[in-house]
Amino acid sequence: MPIRMKEVDVVLVGGGMTAAIVGKHLAEAGKTVVALERGPMRDTVPDFQSPSMHDELKYSIRYALMQNAATQTLSFRNFVGQEALPMRQLGSFLPADGVGGAMVHWNGQTWRFQPEWFRLKSWTEERYGKDHVGDDVTIQDWGVSYEELEPHYDFFEKVCGIGGFAGNLRGETRAGGNPFEGPRQNDYPNPPMKQPLSGKLFADAASGLGYHPFPMPSANQTRAYTNPYGAEMQPCMYCGYCETYGCEHFAKASPQIAILPAAMKNSNFSIRPRSHVIRIEHDKDARIATGVTYVDAQGREVFQPAGMVVLCAFAHHNPILLLQSGIGEPYDPATRKGTVGRNYSYQTMTAVSVFYDGTQRINPYMGAGALGTVIDDWNNGSFDHSGLGFVGGGYIAANQTSGRPINHHPVPDGTPRWGRAWKEAVARHYNSTVTLSLHGSSTPHPGNHLGLDRTYTDAYGQPLGMMTFDFPYNDRLMARHLTGKMREIGQAMGGRSISVSWLADHYSIAPYQTTHNSGGAIMGTDPRTSVVNRYLQSWDLHNLWIMGASAFPQNAGYNPTGTVGSLTYWALQAITGDYLKNPRPLVQA
Amino acid sequence: MSETLSRRDLFKVAGAAGAAAAAGPAAAQTQPPVAEPADGDRVLFFFTDPEARFVEAAAERLIPKDPRWPGAADAGVLFFIDRQLASAWGAGDRMYLKGPWKPEAAPEQGYQLRFTPAELYRIAIGEIGEHCRQAYGGKEFWDLGEPVMDEVLGKLETGGIALPSLPSAVFFETLLANTIEGFFADPAYGGNRGMAGWRMVGFPGAYAQFVDLVDVHGHEYRREPIGIGNTAAREAHLKAHASHMPAPTGAGRP
Repeated sequence: MPIRMKEVDVVLVGGGMTAAIVGKHLAEAGKTVVALERGPMRDTVPDFQSPSMHDELKYSIRYALMQNAATQTLSFRNFVGQEALPMRQLGSFLPADGVGGAMVHWNGQTWRFQPEWFRLKSWTEERYGKDHVGDDVTIQDWGVSYEELEPHYDFFEKVCGIGGFAGNLRGETRAGGNPFEGPRQNDYPNPPMKQPLSGKLFADAASGLGYHPFPMPSANQTRAYTNPYGAEMQPCMYCGYCETYGCEHFAKASPQIAILPAAMKNSNFSIRPRSHVIRIEHDKDARIATGVTYVDAQGREVFQPAGMVVLCAFAHHNPILLLQSGIGEPYDPATRKGTVGRNYSYQTMTAVSVFYDGTQRINPYMGAGALGTVIDDWNNGSFDHSGLGFVGGGYIAANQTSGRPINHHPVPDGTPRWGRAWKEAVARHYNSTVTLSLHGSSTPHPGNHLGLDRTYTDAYGQPLGMMTFDFPYNDRLMARHLTGKMREIGQAMGGRSISVSWLADHYSIAPYQTTHNSGGAIMGTDPRTSVVNRYLQSWDLHNLWIMGASAFPQNAGYNPTGTVGSLTYWALQAITGDYLKNPRPLVQA
Repeated sequence: MSETLSRRDLFKVAGAAGAAAAAGPAAAQTQPPVAEPADGDRVLFFFTDPEARFVEAAAERLIPKDPRWPGAADAGVLFFIDRQLASAWGAGDRMYLKGPWKPEAAPEQGYQLRFTPAELYRIAIGEIGEHCRQAYGGKEFWDLGEPVMDEVLGKLETGGIALPSLPSAVFFETLLANTIEGFFADPAYGGNRGMAGWRMVGFPGAYAQFVDLVDVHGHEYRREPIGIGNTAAREAHLKAHASHMPAPTGAGRP
């Protein structure tokens, strides 16, 4: 018999960003809230301290802050019919474990999605006709509009102290900002970051080609700042240790710095680390969630009864937990019916390196996670797709995140992979190369989905989640077109040579690409094609709510965190403003 | 790592031939003298002596010494890899190690062999040694001379040598990745001796701030690199943050 805990009003699955936000606000609404975090407690002091934190091997190669694949992983295949095999070590993406979640080790690149992204299917049909893309591009409208999310984007930017320069202030376009963004009510709360030489070289070339460069919106603070929760944050030191690291400078917005200090002031909110949720419990008819069962630090099964369950785990864990709990209809790629696991999508990344070969000194180690200069001229809403046969797009950036040399030692195409010529090339190009990246959107495909594996189990005996994913044809077209545009910019940057990293023939689980997994428990207006309604409330169990990028019906050509944050506040507004007073389905199916 | 080293007397074995661990970067006249190796610097925790000779010779071909900069051998890459394999990582502690095993998987599905990193090295080195002795008249890999060693490594890289227990390319990629790690990781891990890898590219190491230099375009940065073992850096960090370091939130820290 599992241990039975005292009932709480709300149990949160996960201890990352969305749990910190939901925990704070529901505690302040008078609810008893407990967050169950599978990993350990972590805090700036003593866990993220210099110089120990500046250890590339430990954090960027051995992934000290990340999910332990020995405990829990996924199986993976490229296509339906292939045998899925376990991801035996982390690679393509890096979910965290520990309090703070992936927002401990993120870069801080913080975007709003362009308005059309939230009604992509309608927008595409209105603008390009019903036959612009085939029926294997299963894009959907989100059920929420940019205008509805705008105040929540605004608040999230204030919580995180985002530094940037508004390009569209209440409909007025401002030179030096992003002219392709949706209208915003307020400028960013902080000024943009300083720009290194790589940003200037990129900006000069992009401007010369008629594009509109601007500084990347950044959660690395650009000055001492106090957020609306009273959290005091410090200026970024440009130390070059953001991605895969915790910030010792109190400068990168993370739950530890920006949210948890305020959340923890509420005695009715607590985080229970080393508590791995294995199942959402529900009544016989799966109409009401009754709590969750987790495995505690000692390995005991514990039932935590709760009046309301909020999934705040990493994107693909949310739908996999639904499947493991028997909630909702699993998506079937053969019939395209069912919802849980549907529209899993990712991100489409390519790169161009510009080799100055000693003619410029770049100093790549003077970096920050969201340090960069960007153009948004090739994002989805910025250009005409007529005749191109695809939807979507992405931003192109010169990001200077780090010069950590195990991972960063660019060499031109044609250089041997080892030996004296390789070594000489590394020494020659390390400090004289700028890499551009395309941060491309990911459209859903009927074959790409999440399910449960029939063969492999995790350390708790649960079936592994199973990921089926390859780059869809639509996204290959998009990547080819936009990488060509990025190559033109690279050619205009004045280097001695350039190398182009085109999209790989097939998606591979092995090399790191990005931790922007999305979909699987998507939001929408129709319970036949979505798991949650427009407020992130489960269609099936009205006291089950699902935060995070798992709600994205498709993934935009931007980093997801800004949109995850705004969706969280949007859902909270519905919960505290309406649902708690009268618990029920907020949208009738 | 330091606790492990304090047990050096239990594990001390002869250093690998040709380690030359005391040799600093070739451009030593512009650099501080390299300290004499401490007792533990040449201890092998995992490799047998023949395994160590293979790894050191192979790593030196991957990153060879040149007139200006040390190669993998002088940078201590052998000792880096040895300590990694003797660590929890070598034992596969964060790898999913359950079967069934499908070693013929598509490359897109990533590593699918049954072996932990330590097992991979032990088995592969043994089988490569057997191959070399058969193919080259009883000679060991490290006695083949540079051109033939490069030829063997090239064949391992492309799968041109059929090893009985594993695809040779999987081992080669692991060795190459670990050699690069050992050349560029913090020197506290036993490689990158004299910070040779960092000096070669101009990476300053564990410095914590460039806020005043990041927008000084083209700045030539000349400070000595520092590692995570630099206690002055730790003290400077603590001092700089003393005024605004809040108490930990301490939410149920176990």
